Amino acid sequence: MNTLENLSRRRFLQGSAGLTLGFFLPGLADAAAAGPGKAGEGAIGPIHFEPNAFLRIGTDNTVTVISKHLEMGQGTYTGLATILAEELDADWKTVRIEGAPADAKRYNNLFWGPAQGTGGSTAMANSWEQLRKAGAAGRAMLVGAAAQQWSVPAAEIAVRDGVVSHAKSKHRATFGELAELAAKQPVPTDLKLKDPKDFRLVGKAVKRKDSFDKTNGQARFTQDVQLPGMLVAVVAHPPRFGATVKSFDAGRAKSVKGVVDVVQIPQGVAVLATDTWSAKKGRDALSVSWDESHAFTLGSDEILARYRELAKTPGLVAHQSGDPDQAFGKAAKVVRASYDFPYLAHAAMEPMNCVIRLGDGGCEVWNGEQMQTGDQHALAGLFGLKPEQVSIHMLYAGGSFGRRASSHSDYVLEAAHIVKAINGRAPVKLVWMREDDMRAGYYRPLFHHALEAAVDGDGRLTGWRHRLVGQSIMAGSPFASGMIKDGVDLVSVEGAANLPYAIPNLKVDLHTPQDIPVPVLWWRSVGSSHTAYSTETFLDQVAAAMGKDPVALRQELLAQHPRHAGVLKLAAEKAGWGTPLKPGKPGERRGRGVAVHESFNTFVAEVAEVTVARDGSVKVDRMVCAVDCGIAINPDNVRAQVEGAVGFALSAALHGEITLKAGRVEQGNFDGYPPLRIHEMPTVEVHIVPSTAAPTGIGEPGVPPAAPAVANAIAAATGKHLTRLPFNPADLAA
Amino acid sequence: MIQLNVNGNLQQLDVAPDTPLLWALRDTLQLTGTKYGCGEALCGACTVLVDGSPMRSCSVPVSAVAGRKVTTIEAVDKQRIGKVVQAAWRKLDVVQCGYCQSGQIMSAVALLSQNRKPSDTDIDNAMSGNLCRCATYVRIRAAIHEAAKALV
Repeated sequence: MNTLENLSRRRFLQGSAGLTLGFFLPGLADAAAAGPGKAGEGAIGPIHFEPNAFLRIGTDNTVTVISKHLEMGQGTYTGLATILAEELDADWKTVRIEGAPADAKRYNNLFWGPAQGTGGSTAMANSWEQLRKAGAAGRAMLVGAAAQQWSVPAAEIAVRDGVVSHAKSKHRATFGELAELAAKQPVPTDLKLKDPKDFRLVGKAVKRKDSFDKTNGQARFTQDVQLPGMLVAVVAHPPRFGATVKSFDAGRAKSVKGVVDVVQIPQGVAVLATDTWSAKKGRDALSVSWDESHAFTLGSDEILARYRELAKTPGLVAHQSGDPDQAFGKAAKVVRASYDFPYLAHAAMEPMNCVIRLGDGGCEVWNGEQMQTGDQHALAGLFGLKPEQVSIHMLYAGGSFGRRASSHSDYVLEAAHIVKAINGRAPVKLVWMREDDMRAGYYRPLFHHALEAAVDGDGRLTGWRHRLVGQSIMAGSPFASGMIKDGVDLVSVEGAANLPYAIPNLKVDLHTPQDIPVPVLWWRSVGSSHTAYSTETFLDQVAAAMGKDPVALRQELLAQHPRHAGVLKLAAEKAGWGTPLKPGKPGERRGRGVAVHESFNTFVAEVAEVTVARDGSVKVDRMVCAVDCGIAINPDNVRAQVEGAVGFALSAALHGEITLKAGRVEQGNFDGYPPLRIHEMPTVEVHIVPSTAAPTGIGEPGVPPAAPAVANAIAAATGKHLTRLPFNPADLAA
Repeated sequence: MIQLNVNGNLQQLDVAPDTPLLWALRDTLQLTGTKYGCGEALCGACTVLVDGSPMRSCSVPVSAVAGRKVTTIEAVDKQRIGKVVQAAWRKLDVVQCGYCQSGQIMSAVALLSQNRKPSDTDIDNAMSGNLCRCATYVRIRAAIHEAAKALV
C-alpha cells in the first residue's frame, strides 16, 4: 500500500533527521521546491511539517499538496489538492500545488503497478483513497500536536479551515503554528476518513488553482524554459517513416547567425542555435539527402484498401457469446455497415518539446511529463545512468490528449540524442515546429470496422458481429504484456468487445496488421474514439430497420446496466427527447440524435441537435450531456471537461484527418488539419448524476459519445448514416 | 539594433530584422507568456496588441513594429479592460491547459476595446482566429459577456 510506504519513509526521515526534519535550503532541493509549472523555482519557507510524500505544511500556514500527476488541462492539480485538503480540513486559500519529482517508489500510479505516469483518466480514481489518507494523517498529527501542547484530549479537538481549536479551553492555533510540534507526533496507523456528507470541498465549487497564472502569462511550460548556456534545437526529420539520413550539407545552416552546431542523430539532423528562430532558420537552410530504401511508401487509401480486404476474413476473437452464426442463419433481417476512421494527430497547442541538461551525477529533464518511469528508463539506457539519476521537472503541459505519454519516449529521446551528440556541453531545448509535431506520427490509428446485426422474425435483435482492423497501440509499449491478450490488443476493441447491450449472440474479432510502421498512440479516449462511433451509429441503423425509437431501443437493451440507463434517461429528459425540434430556415434540415458509452468506468450519454444546410454543411447547435463519474470531486470541472471533450470530438468528426500519400503525411499545420473554432462550438449542457460511488475519470469519457450522437442527429435530419470520418458535406447535400 | 516599445518599456534588441516579433519577445526579452503554436498566423496563440490592435506576433517581423506600442499578456492588467477580462476568465475558470489563453485574452481585450457590448456573432468574428484544443470556447464566450457586463 503506497500510503504506508510513504509513512514509513517519513518515519525514516524523522528518525534519522530528528529536528532537522523538513529543513530544505532553497536551491539545494530543486525538485522539492517545484511549484506548479515552476519546477525548481518555488522558494519555500524554512520549516515544514511533512507527514507523507503528498503534503507539506509550512510555518507560514502554506499547505503544499504534491501532485504525482501531470496538469495538462484536465484540472488534475486542483482535483488532487481538493481530495487531500478535504480530509486535512485545510483552508483552501492557503493550498498550493507542486509537481512531484520522478520517483515511482513514492509516486507510482496505483492503477499502473510500479510505474509513475498520468493517463487513462486515472488521476482522481487511483489517488482518491491515497490522498484522503494522506490528508487524514496530517490532520491527526496536527490534532496530536494540539492535544500535547494544550494538555487536552485529542477527541475534543476540532479542525476547520486550517485552524485547530479546543472549545472548552478556548485554545486555538493555525496549522503553521502547530507544524513543528506536529512533525514530532507519532504517525497514525488507524485513520478515520470523513463521511461524504461532511465534505466541505469535495463536490463543491472549488476554483482551479492554475487559473491565475494561466491568465497572466506566468504559467511555465516546457516551451518557456530558459537555462544558462542553453541551446535550442530544431530538427530536420525524414520525409517518410523509416527513412534515414544518407548525407547532409550543413554549410548554409551554419552561416545563419546564431547557429552554433549541426549534428546528426538517429531521428534526423539537429541544428543548435542560441535562440529558436535562428535554429529554425538553420534547419530550413539544411540540405539533407535521405536514404528511403526502407521507408514506408503506402498512402492512406492503400492502407484502407488492405484493411477492407482483411475484413473479409475472420480475425482473432476478442469476444464471443451465444451462437452468432446460428442467430444470423435464422435472421429475418440482417443489417450491415462498414466504417472508416482516419489517422488523427493530437495537435496539442504546445508542440512537443523537451529540455535536457546532462551533469556529473545524472541528467535533468524539464518536460510536460506524462510518463516518468518510462522516460527515466529510456534516458538512463541512452546515457548509461541509473533510472534514479534521471530527475524530471514536471511542468504544465500545453495539452497532450495522450501525446506526451509517449510509449517509446520518442521526443524525449530525440532531445537526449542531441545532448549526447554535443557531449552534454550545453543544456538543450528541443523545439518541434508545428509541422514537425503534425508529421512525426504517433497518431490515433486508422481503423476499418464491419458490423452486421441479425433481427429475428419477432423483431428482436438477436445477433451482432463486429470486425475491426487496425494497428495495435499497445504493441511495443511498456503496457504490452498486460494489455495484449492472445494477440488481441484490448484497447483496439474496448467499447466494442464489452458492448453493454443485451444481445444474446455477439462476436467481436480483430485484425492487427503488423506491416504498417506508422507510429500510433493513445488519443483521448483511445479505442472508444472509434468503437463508440461504429457501435452507437450502427445501433441507430438497426433501430431504424426495426422501426424503433433510438432511446427506447437502448433502454430496452440496457435493462441490466443501470448506470448506462441512468445517464441515457437523464440526457434524454433534459434534451426533451421526443418533443419536436424548432424547424430551421428554408432548406435547412434539423435532427436530434443520441449516443451512450462507458469508458474509463465513467458513463456518458449525449444528445445532439444539428442543422444541416442545403450544401451539406453541418452545424451542431446543442449538446445535452449526462455523466455518471461517481462522486464528482469538482462538479464545475466535470462540466468543463465534458464541454471540452465535446469540442475535441467535434474537431475530429467535422474536420480531423491525417492522410498519407506515398508515405508522406499530407498535413502540416492547422490549415490542413483544422481544429474546431469558436463559431463551430455548440452550446453544451452537462448534467451530473448524483453518486456516492468512488470517483472515476473525466478527462476522456466525454469524447466517445459526441460524434455518434451528432451522426445520429444528422441521420435523423437527412436519412443518411455517415460511415466515414470526418464527415463529408458532399454526402449530405440536398 | 531595433528599438521596441514593449509594455511601456523602450528596449534595444540586437536581432535580425526578419525575426518574428514572437521570438524577440520570448527568446530575447524573456516575455514567455506569448506562445508559439503554428508560426503561420493560423492559431492565435501568439496574439499581442500593437497600438491596441490584435496581431499574430509569429508572422510580424520585429522590424515592422519598431517604434510602435506592443502590449503582451504580462502587462494586460495595466489597463482596465485587460484587468476586467482577466477577472472574468478567473471567475469562470475558463482555462484548461492554458497554453492558448494568453492569445485568447489579448483578442478578447482587443474586441472589448472596440465593442463594449459584443453579440455572439461579434465574438465569433473576433475570436475565431484563436484556436483552443481543449475547446474552452463555451467559457471564453461566457467570460467575454461577463467582462462586457463588468465594463458597463
